Amino acid sequence: MLSRTADSLFWSSRYLERADFQARILETGLRLASLPSINGPRNEWESAVAASGDMACFHAHYDVISEETARDFILFNRDNPSSIRNCFAVARANARAVRTAITSEMWEAINETWLELKTISDRDMGREETLRFLEWVKRAPRAVEGAMHRSMLRNDAYWFTRIGAAIERADNTARILDVKYHLLLPANERIGGSLDYFQWTAILRQVSALTAYHWVYRESVRPWLVADLLILNRQMPRSLAACYADLAQNLDLIADAYGQHGPGQQQAGNTLARLESLRIGDIFQSGLHEFITDFIKDNNRLGNTLANQYLLS
Amino acid sequence: MTDVIEAPAIFDEMYGFLRRGAGNPASVRDAYVALDAWLGSAPPQLLETRRSQAEIFFRRLGITFAVYGDAQASERLIPFDIIPRVLQKHEWEQLERGLRQRVRAINAFLSDIYGRRECLRAGVVPEELIWRNPAYAPEMAGRAVPHDLRVQIAGIDVVRVDADSFYVLEDNVRTPSGVSYMLENREAMMRLFPDLFSRNAIAPVETYPSLLLETLRSVAPPGARHDPTVALLTPGQHNSAFYEHSFLADKLGIELVEGSDLIVRDSVLYMRTTEGPKRVDVLYRRLDDDFIDPLVFRPDSILGVPGLMDAYLSGNVTLTNAVGTGIADDKAIYSYMPEIIRFFTGEEPLLKNVPTWRCREPDALAHVLDNLESLVVKEVNGSGGYGMLVGPHASASEIEAFRRKLIHAPKGFIAQPTLALSTCPTYVESGVAPRHVDLRPFVLCGSDEIRIVPGGLTRVALREGSLVVNSSQGGGTKDTWVLEH
Repeated sequence: MLSRTADSLFWSSRYLERADFQARILETGLRLASLPSINGPRNEWESAVAASGDMACFHAHYDVISEETARDFILFNRDNPSSIRNCFAVARANARAVRTAITSEMWEAINETWLELKTISDRDMGREETLRFLEWVKRAPRAVEGAMHRSMLRNDAYWFTRIGAAIERADNTARILDVKYHLLLPANERIGGSLDYFQWTAILRQVSALTAYHWVYRESVRPWLVADLLILNRQMPRSLAACYADLAQNLDLIADAYGQHGPGQQQAGNTLARLESLRIGDIFQSGLHEFITDFIKDNNRLGNTLANQYLLS
Repeated sequence: MTDVIEAPAIFDEMYGFLRRGAGNPASVRDAYVALDAWLGSAPPQLLETRRSQAEIFFRRLGITFAVYGDAQASERLIPFDIIPRVLQKHEWEQLERGLRQRVRAINAFLSDIYGRRECLRAGVVPEELIWRNPAYAPEMAGRAVPHDLRVQIAGIDVVRVDADSFYVLEDNVRTPSGVSYMLENREAMMRLFPDLFSRNAIAPVETYPSLLLETLRSVAPPGARHDPTVALLTPGQHNSAFYEHSFLADKLGIELVEGSDLIVRDSVLYMRTTEGPKRVDVLYRRLDDDFIDPLVFRPDSILGVPGLMDAYLSGNVTLTNAVGTGIADDKAIYSYMPEIIRFFTGEEPLLKNVPTWRCREPDALAHVLDNLESLVVKEVNGSGGYGMLVGPHASASEIEAFRRKLIHAPKGFIAQPTLALSTCPTYVESGVAPRHVDLRPFVLCGSDEIRIVPGGLTRVALREGSLVVNSSQGGGTKDTWVLEH
């Protein structure tokens, strides 16, 4: 297929995934902000903006970090490349450019979302309205992914779409961990206040994993088990290990179809093997923060490798 | 050249020269007997129902248009008329012979102009009309092209003024468009009027995409592989014909590429694919000459491919249509077409040319200036119905303004009589009424044979009395039936 087609499918899928993640960040912020502030100074909006992407871009637009400014930044800011509005705009523009490479069900799901989003102006929304809006935002990627699974041919177009989503999802999970790593360190456990507990569960909720946690570990929420679930547990679809299993599988399918393995397959395979061999204790021992920072870097590097190998050839 | 001007009445495709309400009982021409019977028996509500169904059908397609062109594009949907235009088998065969002859002559003319120039030495066409013509491509002078074919896809606009003769209004041999309407109009009609199709033997047009693909593959460079790769080059999503480009690429099963998808290495054209560069043998380009290669033509073009001309002139890729074909459909050359056909085919032209006064000739200019109110004056380099004076429909001040333009730069204009274009029954607000039509058949010219699907795109001027059928000027389209019995 044309490299441009693969590139558009890859990015359309990445940006849809990102829209979903941005909605989740904002939801978590709103949940934490509704806690009574008895445990000292709080920073939920700072970590929301940090997890959402670009601090420098934020400070170029706003003086203070508050619920209102964080909300505006994440929802509608046109200069924030990862604002929900821009995510949908980029996802749709890329899908439109390769309209014949995706099915009409997928196109309709993307296009309808965009048309509806355009009618919602940059007005200030209250908390309740924002939460309703975020529910709606999260529905769009589900609809597109559902349409994709049900209607798309299983060929390179499908695999590149899956790869885009997986690489973005891995990045997003790693970002949450990066912003919250201090909460997950064992040393923090003795603090053990209700705020900490609330924040851990908020992380799990953010990735729709609170129920999954209880099913998997059958324990009350422990920070290292939260880290284990999000990093190493392959049953958890947003874990780094699950994302890389997905990446490696789809990259192998492409390599088989093209009759040629390359650096992308090797890199994804190495990362997956590493995630499968590690135990959460090892990660804490050598430093959770360093581990996550390295992972984000590696994940970006895989993006560049794939671009060179397939998308820009 | 007077037969057209003196045509006393307007020829109707359905009723001939006899008009309803003129005291004569309408005598329906053979081609329309079945349609007439159907129109006569159809309950009054049915036409309106079908019209609105057609609108829904095209609005749904319109969604597809809007996909590419956004909100404004859906407003630019070309109106579709549900009453078809019908041609008898023998009428079509006569027209088809003429089309084949004309396109053969055009290809021979182009090959001569960019080659031995015999027609210039023989005085068939004045030299200065070629050398000073912006449509002439000096880059192609003395250069061979694969199979010595330059026009693979032609859209020839024809009109008729009576039962017997077809006139060519315009040859379109650069990047003619409209064939997607021909195919979709038929699709709509078959859904709306399945009974009419079973009662009439109507020649299918659905084979066009496969004929086009055969044609394109047949013109691959002689050295190309057995299974040549064909791609369609589009200027991109913002081009008004993008829908057609994407529609055709889809139907042909070929890649729809933009300039940035193509690269030239060692004089060979490749497209960038996920499996590495893939060689392209035939490029069906829907991008004007000026934009295809910034190294040779407009340096500011970001739509083209640097080095494409090098690959082309090295014989490693076929461009369809060739570079420089515009010299053949130039309005200044048009008036020489009968001589060109005689010179290159040794035959009398089967299709007529509209009599044309070349304003560059002083006698002709004097005649034109004296008769502006009855003539159509066209800019030599204009298209799409712009820069044109329709004398009988123009105000006195419009005529005066045009007179000044003409005196100032007479070489830029030609004039033709107002043709009494035939009319065809059309469903309009007041009911079924005659409206003027033309026809654009599409001629495919391969290295092996010429292929033409029966019919083409009928354009109709929806305003009463209007002669301008261009979609940019409020024209609509009809399905075109060629009967097989």
